[in-house]
Amino acid sequence: MNLQNIISEIEKTDPDVYDRLDTRRNAMKSFAKTSGKIALASIPLALGSMFQKAYSSPSAPTDLIIDTLNFALTLEYLEYNFYIKAVASGIIPSGEALTALTLIRDHEMEHVNFLTSAISAAGGTPVSFTAANFDYTAGGAFSGVFSKYGLLLAVAQTFEDTGVRAYKGQAPNLMSNNDYLTAALQIHSVEARHAAHLREMRQAAGLLLPAGVTVKPWITLDQSGIASSAVQASYAGEANVMQAGVTITNIGGKDISAKAASEAFDEPLTKDQVLAIVTPFFA
Amino acid sequence: MSNNVLKEKRPAFSEGVAQPFSRRKFLGIMGAGTAVAVAAASCRKENFSKHINNGTKGKGNYGVDLGSGDIGILNYAYALEQLEAAFYMQVIDHPYKDMSVMEKVYLTDIRDHEIAHREFLKAALGSMAIPELDLTFSSVNFTQRSSVLGTAKAFEDLGVSAYNGAGKLISNPDYLALAGKIVSVEGRHAAWIRDMITPDSFAGPDVVDMNGLDVERMPNEVLVIAANYIKTKLDASNLPTS
Repeated sequence: MNLQNIISEIEKTDPDVYDRLDTRRNAMKSFAKTSGKIALASIPLALGSMFQKAYSSPSAPTDLIIDTLNFALTLEYLEYNFYIKAVASGIIPSGEALTALTLIRDHEMEHVNFLTSAISAAGGTPVSFTAANFDYTAGGAFSGVFSKYGLLLAVAQTFEDTGVRAYKGQAPNLMSNNDYLTAALQIHSVEARHAAHLREMRQAAGLLLPAGVTVKPWITLDQSGIASSAVQASYAGEANVMQAGVTITNIGGKDISAKAASEAFDEPLTKDQVLAIVTPFFA
Repeated sequence: MSNNVLKEKRPAFSEGVAQPFSRRKFLGIMGAGTAVAVAAASCRKENFSKHINNGTKGKGNYGVDLGSGDIGILNYAYALEQLEAAFYMQVIDHPYKDMSVMEKVYLTDIRDHEIAHREFLKAALGSMAIPELDLTFSSVNFTQRSSVLGTAKAFEDLGVSAYNGAGKLISNPDYLALAGKIVSVEGRHAAWIRDMITPDSFAGPDVVDMNGLDVERMPNEVLVIAANYIKTKLDASNLPTS
């Protein structure tokens, strides 16, 4: 294999290849830095990474980042306004439950503020929403969401689990900027903590649970743990037990059930999937 | 760097498989040319580190080389998952006093998730995987709930911060997506364990800052903490830094 020739060949059809790969010298230097330390067998993998970085973004990186952050900001506004109403609803038991939902509300507010600043800093225009932009009954599907505690928790759980999946799906779009990628990951794991806690709250409250189902902090198969099919799209695909072509069930001869295999990996959702889920909540 | 250098080193590589690579031979190759990095590649883990590790023999102090690039980051994750899986296996094998039925079920789930993560990374890395690490949990009192859950909390929060910090070090978007699939599950573990210790501490101010962001740590910071439990010396010097 001759790396120099491969790049020369690409140069014939794409004269900008060296610009894409930074400069010719840096490209070779950076490749040498990487490939020098890894075994021969994995060189195609390293090459793949190098070209993927150069060619993966369809739009200019900054535009893609701003679009992605605005998508995240939209979801944060959806959540933040939900929790404002939830905390003010008067149906949350005082004590641990109210404390938890208030904390989550505040985190969502912090996410809104952080993303708004980040988008401005990147030269973009942050989106903005108010309570009037949302219909948390989703056109009547969740009628009574702020008067029935079990329903309120069920919608909250769905928002958080969906948020986790949404951030997961968008992470690769932020790869061209370390700071934004890291911040998105830091929000992502906070949403996962929220999701886990809401699932604990639902199991403890015992409301809207399907018969015979235990709602755990992690997602078992593609079970929503909610006695309503209206939320199922948020859990579609979560039963997956194949990762990168590897079957996780009983992997390595270990006694790993399909349930555990599905729980061990959360699955991403595409932007379109997320939009289909949240669009009914926009007035 | 030319292709020839890689080819030149191949005999040494296969020779090392049959016969442990001696430190002298390793240094000899290093001195022989400018391809220091290539030499390091040729004799990484299987041939070199496996035999001169822990920093206990000789003055080399090299340890097990995690590797570079995405392989290095995956090995770094594999090391942490080995730690977590081994810990929960011991927790379930020797349940603490008065472990509730629910705690037993959930801790068993977590054990299985960590084993799944460990085995997946091992399978994905194939021949590039670091060896099984030598671990110690001597600081943990497995009979005591507070000691076990306190350690579990430390491991889960550490794992979350490690994956959050490592995301930017990954080049291949597929690997980033895989890391993302794992980190949120670690976040769910962390939240539940924290709530078991102190209600409503699932996303406390010690892990979520004023911007609503979780902790992120670079590999060097993580490995210093993990070294309290990982006896095998790990060499993270070839990991990407940005």
